[in-house]
Formats: sequence, C-alpha cells, structure tokens
Amino acid sequence: MRFELGLLLLFLTLLVFEIFTNKKQKGNVISFAILLFTIHTAIGFIPLADGDLFGGMFKTNTLLFYFKNVLNVGVLIVLLQSADWLKEKIVEQNKATEFILLLLSSLLGMYFMISAGDFLMFYLGLELATLPVAALVAYETSKRISAEAGVKYILSSALASGTALFGISFLYATAGSLYFDVIATTLTVSNLSILGFILFFSGLAFKISLAPFHFWTADVYEGAPINVASYLSVISKGAAVVILVILLFTVLKPLLPFWSKIIYIVAIATMTIGNLFALRQQNMKRFLAFSSVAQAGFILLGMLSVDELGLTTVLFFVTVYIFSNLGAFGVVQAISEVSGKENIDDYEGLYRTNPKLSLLLMLALFSLAGIPPLAGFFGKFFLYAAAASKGYYVLVFIGVVNATISLYYYLLVIRAMFLRKNQDAIPYFNSKLFMKLGLILAAIGILVAGMYSPLYEYVYTISTNFLN
Amino acid sequence: MDILTLFVVVPILTVLVLVFAKGLKQVRIISLVGMLVQLGMAINLIFAYLKERAINKDIMVFTQDYTWYESFNIHYAIGVDAISGVLIALTAIVVVAGIFISWKIDDLPKEFFITLIILSAGVFGFFISLDLFTLFVFYEIAVIPMYLLIGIWGSGPKEFSAMKLTLMLMAASALLSVGIFGIYFNSNADGGALTFNILEIAQVNIPVAAQNLFFPFVFIGFAVIGALFPFHTWSPSGHASAPTAVSMLHAGVLMKLGGYGVFRIAMYLLPQGAINWTDFFLVLTTIGVIYGALAAVMQKDLKYINAYASVSHLSLVLFALLMLNKTAWTGAIIQSLSHGLLTALFFALIGMVYGRTHTRDIAKLGGIMKILPFIGSVYVITGLAYLGLPGFSGFVAEMNIFVGAFEHTDTFRRILTIIVVSSIVVTAVYILRMVGKIMMGPLVNEEHAELPKATWYEKVGLVLLMIPVVFIGMMPFGLSEMIKESVTPFLERLI
Repeated sequence: MRFELGLLLLFLTLLVFEIFTNKKQKGNVISFAILLFTIHTAIGFIPLADGDLFGGMFKTNTLLFYFKNVLNVGVLIVLLQSADWLKEKIVEQNKATEFILLLLSSLLGMYFMISAGDFLMFYLGLELATLPVAALVAYETSKRISAEAGVKYILSSALASGTALFGISFLYATAGSLYFDVIATTLTVSNLSILGFILFFSGLAFKISLAPFHFWTADVYEGAPINVASYLSVISKGAAVVILVILLFTVLKPLLPFWSKIIYIVAIATMTIGNLFALRQQNMKRFLAFSSVAQAGFILLGMLSVDELGLTTVLFFVTVYIFSNLGAFGVVQAISEVSGKENIDDYEGLYRTNPKLSLLLMLALFSLAGIPPLAGFFGKFFLYAAAASKGYYVLVFIGVVNATISLYYYLLVIRAMFLRKNQDAIPYFNSKLFMKLGLILAAIGILVAGMYSPLYEYVYTISTNFLN
Repeated sequence: MDILTLFVVVPILTVLVLVFAKGLKQVRIISLVGMLVQLGMAINLIFAYLKERAINKDIMVFTQDYTWYESFNIHYAIGVDAISGVLIALTAIVVVAGIFISWKIDDLPKEFFITLIILSAGVFGFFISLDLFTLFVFYEIAVIPMYLLIGIWGSGPKEFSAMKLTLMLMAASALLSVGIFGIYFNSNADGGALTFNILEIAQVNIPVAAQNLFFPFVFIGFAVIGALFPFHTWSPSGHASAPTAVSMLHAGVLMKLGGYGVFRIAMYLLPQGAINWTDFFLVLTTIGVIYGALAAVMQKDLKYINAYASVSHLSLVLFALLMLNKTAWTGAIIQSLSHGLLTALFFALIGMVYGRTHTRDIAKLGGIMKILPFIGSVYVITGLAYLGLPGFSGFVAEMNIFVGAFEHTDTFRRILTIIVVSSIVVTAVYILRMVGKIMMGPLVNEEHAELPKATWYEKVGLVLLMIPVVFIGMMPFGLSEMIKESVTPFLERLI
C-alpha cells in the first residue's frame, strides 16, 4: 500500500501547495512536483513485504512492486518531457498543476487496477485510470482537434468499460464470486463464461488497442497533446497488458483452451493491421499510434506460453517498450515544441542540423523495430521464444514477417532524417534541462535494458515466484 | 582479456575515440590505427592458431564461455577454427584496404568511418561466436549499418537500393530466427538442457522431422546474404549504389557470412536435413552460377558486371558446400577467401576508375592502361585471377571445388557439375571482354587522356589486397591442409 499512500500524499501536498502559490510561481510548482515524484519513484525501489488488504480485495507482491516501479519510471519520464510544455504553454492558462494531478490520479488508478484482488477493485481502478486521461486528451482546449479527441476517447472508453463490466457480471454469474482466488477454482468452461470472457476481453482490448478495437488510437493520439499520447501509448497500455496477462495466467486459466485461440487470432490481426496502416502515415503521432498497435500484437505472442517464460517475456517487453516508445515520443515532442512540425517530411535533413535528437530517434525506432543490440531486440526475440516454446512456429513466422514489414516504415523515418538533404531542415535548437533528462533516461533504458541481462533474470525470478 | 574478444572490443574502442575526433584527418588516422591493430591481431591469430593446433585437437580453440542470459542458457561463447581464423584475417585486410580507399571521403567522414567500423565489429563478432544467439545478434549488427552506408554515401538510386537490400536481408534474418528457435527448442532431444551453444547442439540428435522442417529456414536465412538464386536481387542494385569501400566490404566480407552460416549452422546442426534438402538447393545454386555469369556478360556498368559475377561465384561456394565432401568444402572456403579479396580489389579499382572518369559505362571507357598504368595492371591481374588462372587464389579454389564435385558418381550431380564447370568459360568471356575493352582497347573519350595517377593510399590499399591473392595462389597447400583439418569434424556429422 506504500505506493498508493505515497502517491496520495504527493497528490494532497501538491493540492495544498497549489492553493498557496500565486500565478508567477506556478512554474515552480511543476519543478517541485517533478522533484516530489522523483523521490516517490526512488522510495518505490525500497523492498516491501507481500500482503493482502481489505479482505483480499487488494493484493501486493514482488511482481506488482516491480511493475509499479516501471510505471513510476515511465511516468517520471513523461513528466520530465512535459515540464517545458507545461511551463511555456499551459501555465498561462492557469491549469498546469491540474495536468500533473490528473496524470497522477490516473497513475493511482493503475496501481489499484494491477493490484486488484477481485473484479470490483479492478473495475474501480480501471475507471480511475481512464477518466482523468479523457480530460488530459482534451487538454489543449484552444485546439478543436484536441477537444474532438477527448470526446472520442471518453465515449469509446465508456463503451469499453461498460462492455468489460457486462463481461464481469457474466463471469460472476458462472463462478459465483468476484474474488480472483475463488474464480480461479470455480470457473468452468460454459457458454456463459465464454461469453463473459469475450466481453471482458473486448473491454481490455480497447485499452491495449488490439485489433479490432484499435480504431480510436490514431485519432486520439493525433488530437491529444504529445505527452498525453505517449502516456496513453506506454503507461496506460502497459498497465492494461500486465493486468490482462496476470488474469489470463491465473484467474482465467480454466478457459485456456478457448482464450488461446482468441489471443492467437487477435495477435495476427493486430500485428498485421497495425503494420499495414502504419505504412502510409505521414504524421509522426499517427505513425507512432499504429506502430504501437502493432507492438501490442507482438506482446500477445508471449501470452500464449502460459508459464513463467510467457509472463517474464511480456513484463520484460513492456518495460523495454516503455523506454523505446518514450524515447520516440520525446523526440517528437521536443521537435514539435520548438517548430510545431509533426510530419515525417518535416524531419528531412534533421541529422545535419540536430544530430543528437536524430540519433536518439533512430535508437528508439530501431529498438521498436527489434534491431540488436538495443533493448527492443531482446524483448521481441524473447516474445517469439515464448510462443515458439509451445510450438506456435506458424505464429512466430507471421510475427517475424510482420517485424520485417515494420522495419520498412521505421526506416522511412530514418531515411528522412539521415538520407535526405534539406535546405529548410528544422534548425538547430537546444532542449531545456527537463526535456534533456527525460530523453537521456529513455536512451539509457534503450541501451541498457537488453544488454544488461540481470534485469531479465530478475523479472524471471519474480515471475516464477508469482506463478508458484 | 582473451585474444578473440579483442576483435570486438578494438572496433568499439575505435568508435568511441572517433566520436571525439574532429576533421577528416583525425578521423581517418584514428580509424586506420584502430583497424591496423585489428589486422595485426588477425595475423597474430593465424600464427597463434597454428601453434595452438599442434597441441590442442579440439574442434574449436581459444574457447571462452561467459553466461549472459541464464534462464535461456544464452552464453557469450567464442572460439575459432581455421575457417573462422582465415575469414577473420580476410575481414581485417578488406577493412584496412577499405579505409585506404575512402581516404578522401568528404561528406560526413566521421559518421562514415563509425558506421563502417560498427559493421566490421558485427562481422568479427559473427565469426568468433559459438552461440547461436550472439551469432544472430552480431549478424544483424553487421547488416543494419549497410542501410546508412548505402543510403547516405551511395550513388544512383541509393535510397531504393538501400531499402531493398536491408529489407531482403532482414527478412532473411527473420526466417533465420524461426530456424534458430526450431534448433533451440529441439536441442534437448537427448534429454539435456535447452542450449544455444553450437558445439553442444552438435552432440544432440535433433529429430529428423524437425531437421527437415527447419533446415530450409536456416539455409535460406543465411543463403540470401550469400546470393542464393532467386533471392540474390538485392545484391546487384545494392553493390551498384554503394560507395566503393562499402561495396568492397559487402561483397568481400559480408556475403561470406552466408556461406559460413550455412556451413557452420545449417549443415553442422541439422545434418540430416542437409542431406535431404541438398538436391533441391543444388539445382538453385547451379542456376545461380550460370545465371549470374550470363547476366554479367550482358551488363554495361562495371559495378553490375562485378555484382553479377559475385552472384555467380558465391553461388559456386554454396554449390560446393552442398556437395558435402572434404575437397569441395575446402574449395568452398578457399573460394570465399579468394572471392573476398578479388571482388574487393575489383570494386576498389572500379571506384578508382569511376572517381577519375565519372563513368562506369563500358562503352565510354577505353585505353585506361596507357593512362593509368598501375591501376590498369592491377585490373588485368585481378581479372585473370578472377577467371581462375593458375598461380592465383581463384584457381586453387575452383580446382578444389570441381575435383570435390566430381567425386560424386551419381548422374544428377555429374550433370550439375558439368553445367557449373561450363561457367568458367562464361566467366572468361565477361572478364576478358571487359578488361580488353576498357584497359587495352583504343581511347574512347578524349577527356580521359589526362587522368591523375594512382595516389599512395590507393596503391597501398591495392597491394594489401594483392599480396594474399598471390600468396594463396603460390602456396596453397598450407592453407588447404589447415582448412581440411578443420572441415573434418563437420563432415563426420554427415555420415
């Protein structure tokens, strides 16, 4: 509970602090908030004992601590990358602190969601994680496209939550309980439980933006402020993936013969559709949106091996993916802040004016494409290994073919930055301190997470303990 | 640090120093020093190997093993035998020659040398790896820099060629990864633990069904970079667009990864699959040899001639490997070496001619010998060595291959061998025609009457590549004995 309480304390401190600052000091509130959150993140690494609360509604264990830490680091990077944007654009609208508060309350929701011990707590967490994000998506009220994205997000996510809740009620009807522990033993394969699973899965699939529930992704990412899009694509998606994999491997395991088929088909559909749509995108945000849809498809490969290997590879990939995607979104944000340009064509000749940013974007994209020795390669290779370990060679084959297709569109961006020469390239600029820190953290993650094997081995140990 | 890991560490250090270098002069000196150290280590490795081999009869020597990913049983396992030893030496020579040839590069020189050296680090790592996972990692590290090297510093339709080359090679490595999973998850067939270690997997009898299933994945995965017909199409356009040093390194070294991988992974780990699939792939490689040679006859661009000639000669390497006997395999390795040196020479020479005349069209070139005597003479010698004149490395290689191929008495292989042997004639046609026209023929273009002579760095680069060509040609026995010895344990798996 320390994570939740700590975050709550941070939240209240900021709220009080906000009251006692005048308009000129609002910029400092942001720096202060980031400082507090850094401390919160650091405290998270101090080990904690496992335990249950509220009669088993809330559970914690090493695996969840690990993932909460990953979420913390991710959110920290997002905050660092948004700091300058907040200070320059949002403070004058007098709603900068609210941005951070909304972001943190959504994070709190995710804590509760992944720590849930029954479906009720899960649903509460899910809603708490979703609703603040809808406000964040529509944060740039001056832009119509942002407001439109907000409406799109709130409507489709309300529908998804409703669907998931409907599914949960079916599962409750067959299993006779909302508690995960009880359901795991009483759930049987029946038409009702399968229907319940499908509805529940659809709700979560929306969060992870799996095909065919991905349609909102590109529009919302394009309209939302870039840091909100990156939050949606890594933190929100990552948390949903983790709770899905935990539920599939424990509570819903009785339905394994059924859900493995669903995952199989959805994985192929998501990878392929995400890739094919990403091929033709011109806007970097839409491009990264479809690339993140495709990445979600790869994650499903790991779920097909219902053992510690599968759980490890999924967790590890999500960790790696957070760094890679934040690296890419960070660069897009840094460029967009200075020049307002977001199209792939605008990046032409970028290397000759801004070599460091181009190199970082190249690293991030290569990591997403799965090129060694960057972290993404290890993540993806191990996901394939998890699927292959259960004999899903055909799926692995489809996966690697998709990875090659994805390399094409990642290379398109690299082609624009490195190969093209351009008189009107985005001129050289120097990012601010917070942005630099955010980018450097992401870069370290991309470079180190794969090569440094103890991270993977640690995840492997905690996953093994979790499943036994 | 052990003698082999240094081959990866020295390039990385060179790159790190290069990051802080300023200006072309510093950059090329640092690169040259780094790669000369590498060359020195490679020569030292050959002698150290010969000394070690006298007392150590293991398949691989200088082996080291460090655990990397414990739960997957992934190790950083390294070791060499004669085959990887000579290929490492080849790589070191070609890289140093490539640096000399790129002496005057003007656009983004630092980035060029860094990318080139990262590529070479991938190649060195590939040749020393004894673990499938690390081998795969190094393979991809060697391939990806090609995109930038061709795309940024290339000529002609460089963006298209770079994209085509990268995507085809990465698609091949995607197939390869499926094959690697197939091998890995069957490596406990005898009850042991799952492993990526090549030497350990070689002790396991992988079920024949799995071997038949995964052999084509691994074979094609590697053979695409070895220009297997019909997956060779990336090669001509890629070579034609690449800058000189990159063409040299790519045709000279990178394409050898294919033959080496086929030999070391596909055939060694999946021997039964190899036996069952040889007939099919023999037909493909035979087509490749003939098709490449005939296509070279029809080309007008010097680089395309050489690119198709490479397709032909590297298909010959795969053809020899598929013959599955000692003589042919020895020939295949020597052919890899010989072709690596000769094709690097050719690309270097073409680069020099092109740099002076600004054309690669045969019709627009002529009488170069009189104007550029040094470049011309080396061109002629290279051409003659390429078509297999005794006294040069090409002859030794092809002699071994064809003798090995004729050791089979069945009609099928006889016919294929005869077809392949006929490619020698076609090779002579395009080489002699090309050399005759552009070197000996009358001066075609008056503007070419006054061309700057070869500079010292060009001469050094060429001589560096020429020495081993002549050395292998004159004294082939030491080399072929060394290789024969290393080939033997691999052959034993097949019987």
